[in-house]
Amino acid sequence: MIRRIHSAHVQNHYSINAVLRHLLTLATVLAVLIFMFTWHVSVGAKSLPLDAVFQALFDGQAVTMTHVIVWDLRMPRALTAALVGGGLGVAGAMLQGVSRNPLAEPSLLGLMAGASFAVVMAVNTFHFSDVFWLPWVAAVGALIAAVVVWLIAQLAPGGLNSLNLILAGSAVTAFLASLVSVVLILNQETFEQLRVWLSGSLSGQKTNELKVAMPLMMVAFLFALYLSSKVTVLAMGDEVALGLGLKTGWLKVQVLICVVVLTACSVALAGPIGFVGLVIPHVVRLFVGVDYRWVIPYSALVGACYLLLVDIIARLALRPEEVSTGIVTALFGAPLFVYLVRARAR
Amino acid sequence: MNSSTRVSLPSRLVATQLEVGYGDRRVLNQVDFAVPNGQLTILVGPNGCGKSTLLKSLARILTPSGGVVCLDGQDIHQSRTRDVAKKLALLPQDPVAPEGMTVREVVAQGRFPHQRILQQWSREDERAVEEAMSVAQVNDFAHRSIGELSGGQRQRCWIAMVLAQETDLILLDEPTTFLDLKIQVDVMNLLARLAHEKQRTLVVVLHELNLAAAYADYLVMMRDGAVLHQGTPEEIFSPDNLYQVFGLDAQVIRDPHSDRLICVPTLPDLAVSRSAKLAVV
Repeated sequence: MIRRIHSAHVQNHYSINAVLRHLLTLATVLAVLIFMFTWHVSVGAKSLPLDAVFQALFDGQAVTMTHVIVWDLRMPRALTAALVGGGLGVAGAMLQGVSRNPLAEPSLLGLMAGASFAVVMAVNTFHFSDVFWLPWVAAVGALIAAVVVWLIAQLAPGGLNSLNLILAGSAVTAFLASLVSVVLILNQETFEQLRVWLSGSLSGQKTNELKVAMPLMMVAFLFALYLSSKVTVLAMGDEVALGLGLKTGWLKVQVLICVVVLTACSVALAGPIGFVGLVIPHVVRLFVGVDYRWVIPYSALVGACYLLLVDIIARLALRPEEVSTGIVTALFGAPLFVYLVRARAR
Repeated sequence: MNSSTRVSLPSRLVATQLEVGYGDRRVLNQVDFAVPNGQLTILVGPNGCGKSTLLKSLARILTPSGGVVCLDGQDIHQSRTRDVAKKLALLPQDPVAPEGMTVREVVAQGRFPHQRILQQWSREDERAVEEAMSVAQVNDFAHRSIGELSGGQRQRCWIAMVLAQETDLILLDEPTTFLDLKIQVDVMNLLARLAHEKQRTLVVVLHELNLAAAYADYLVMMRDGAVLHQGTPEEIFSPDNLYQVFGLDAQVIRDPHSDRLICVPTLPDLAVSRSAKLAVV
């Protein structure tokens, strides 16, 4: 009896501690995000002091040179980095949860190749340059690629398992990448137009793209948060989830739509950027566990922080030259990930 | 003595003329079955006899090609799945939680059908989870990762999850497979307590015949997609039925201590086989 009371006591303490811990972590991550954002904006041809940037960011009315640089020139790029990083982090987290596959992410499952292929074809064939439709073109490509990958995995011996999904994703990615190469070799003009974009780059003025992609991604983020508790249930397996009254087929469709929108917008903004979707959710799970109600929002925040940092490095490393962000992502991300996995194993 | 047509006990979950197939193969053949309320019902039968398929169809996670399953008089496959989940819980065979999920997190998922978007976690949810964990006795390792536990602890944790769902009906698919005998007995004691003390209705698919005979209030023997015998173990646990259903040559004797029936497979006569060996030499 005494033992029972004692354990109940411990229980309560634990849950209060857990909530406090979550709030503290959340505050820390938000602070890091604000810092990264400010730092990102301060870096450029004219280096700005952090406090000036901070002031300009939170004082929307002033009309100074700093203000113009911050709001008109650098803000779009910082926003793009944050949105793409967050979007890919969330897309990866959702795919991993739903497929119960730790390797699932937009680029390994072929979605990113599909989106890029669609954009390349649109630019090459129709000399497509309407920014408004770019995310939609990318979305159609991503969706078709996802469905093809799913069909291939389904029809393969062994059915829809983790290995088949990844194999099918790799095959489709490789196939589409070769097609893109062929198109680019045959058409020098398209190549020049898309070369930088295809390596995953945040450079260039993105203001118009942002006007289209940002609202779409915001809606997708909210949708992902709404789905998050269901993703946790589905991560326990289809039969358990069905028994708990979850419409698993419908949830998978909803997740796919959400992931396709996030991936397509990211690709439209920055080209194909791998690794973020794969690694960020794993890093997040190391710290917040496997409940997707936490994993999904943290993947958004940490993904945003990470791509901001990577983009800062991309611009600072070989100044005045600039490295493509997509290249730096994996260059720094891979060792970091190995370190984290080892740190956790200990 | 075919007792497959006897239906007299009150029942909330009823299958009528149920047919299920995978491709061309018919797994269930026009099965009529009513789950008796408030009892521990155990389904037995040889591998591939359709007992798991029947359980999954009763739990509406397999859609039958013919016939109907009714819960409280309503077609279970036409009802809102979340409403069904408030009345009926399923523990599938060998479930796997995501790596790193704690026991408490797993148990808390049992509250999913009771939650809404705006009200994510209520005092009621908290109470149900606490109660489920204490009934299944998983409090001591509530904050450990489910992957670190022994097979028996893990199974108790999954049972706690379906208990947290707070349904009157609970269906379990081979909950004792891969467990030591002592742990199997612990799990069965827990399930029997749920039926007899908490008035839950349980349907359990089981491999182990003697456990089935010892614990079943109501025993169901299946073969080739059909229910051949159903009734209390006293009524149907006989050598003839065991032979007909399993092709098993066995004696059924009564344990003098518990007064329960047990089956003992007939062994080849050792003396005869020895002398046969000698004859060969």
